[in-house]
Amino acid sequence: MYKINAESKGLVSHGVSACAGCALELIFRNVLDVLGEDTIIVIPPGCSALFSGYGKETAVKIPGAQMTLEATAACCTGIKRGLLAQGNTHTTVLGFAGDGGTVDIGLQSLSGMMERMEKVIYVCYDNEAYMNTGIQGSSSTPLGASTTTTPAGKPTKRKDLVGIAAAHDIPYAATASVAYLTDLRKKVKKAKETDGPSLLHIHAPCPTGWRYDPAKTIEIARAAVETGCWILCEFENGKWVINKPLKELKPVGAYLKAQGRFNNLKEHDIAQLQIQVRDHYARFIEKAKLN
Amino acid sequence: MQRRPEKPMKTLKSCKVLGPVATIFDSANTGSWRIERPVVKFEDCIKCGTCARYCPANIIDIFKDERECVVIDYYYCKGCGICANECPVGCIEMVDERSARKNDLQNA
Repeated sequence: MYKINAESKGLVSHGVSACAGCALELIFRNVLDVLGEDTIIVIPPGCSALFSGYGKETAVKIPGAQMTLEATAACCTGIKRGLLAQGNTHTTVLGFAGDGGTVDIGLQSLSGMMERMEKVIYVCYDNEAYMNTGIQGSSSTPLGASTTTTPAGKPTKRKDLVGIAAAHDIPYAATASVAYLTDLRKKVKKAKETDGPSLLHIHAPCPTGWRYDPAKTIEIARAAVETGCWILCEFENGKWVINKPLKELKPVGAYLKAQGRFNNLKEHDIAQLQIQVRDHYARFIEKAKLN
Repeated sequence: MQRRPEKPMKTLKSCKVLGPVATIFDSANTGSWRIERPVVKFEDCIKCGTCARYCPANIIDIFKDERECVVIDYYYCKGCGICANECPVGCIEMVDERSARKNDLQNA
């Protein structure tokens, strides 16, 4: 029934029409590589829908469903319950959505899934806007970033997705970055072994939407972690852990100036952002100390 | 769990597949997008595998014992340049695709 037209090394086809330098492609390959063949994937419309295919063609070797944008987590629940009713406890169910499909549109179904404690892995790759439809700002877009709906820079801060997940008191939630692949793979493995819902929030720089040279994807992801704009942390059984704690944050200026979406920021805006990032990081460290 | 009514199920039996289902595993020739291509200087390569790890298309293979130790599949390489940017010794160079293709034709 399943026809294979092209050879590939892993579970994902090599010729996927994601943009050159796309971090999502690298994340997708690594996540599926860790989870293995015994996985069912649920993908909402978005950049990740490139993998679920077009018409009769698909780019993944595992079964999957493409759902509506708001129902990723609800569909994962349905599949998991169906598998359990059949007595299948070994198959992993993975939801793979972007930041728009998670923090804006899919938030209510995600919240319901986490409240019901379904054993589902939910991965949110965060490219900080609706990149697939033409760079509209989402509630994960950082302060000051220019998108087509916020041309003068976003006036408000972003949502803290892992904080929202932690408020549901789920067993495992973590952030990861595409620049630290060993850390990312370790977290996916942990999520697979968790008995209950687990959420991974992965930073995925987008050369098209952030307006930088595609070659710099990993460099920019690394800079985001080193400047404190993206914090690598884990929330495990009620305890916060910061991975790779930084003694001193690098100045955010270099990270912001490398991207075209922050071109409209003046020097005093950058200084304000620096203060905000430093405060946020300090508050995070305080939170981790409270355990 | 709630039981489904039997009648609609019987009518559904004739319909085996709901909606479009993708059954062909395929890949596009993404190499045709390339403007610059990565070329490896094999004598400088330390065979660390960083380029293979960070390649978004997963098309770089490392053969530690051979002289041409890094093999890139140009049928799929989009020419993003992540491998050249991440190489710790800088032994991957991005060259213009058109001139590289011309050289290939002359050598062939």
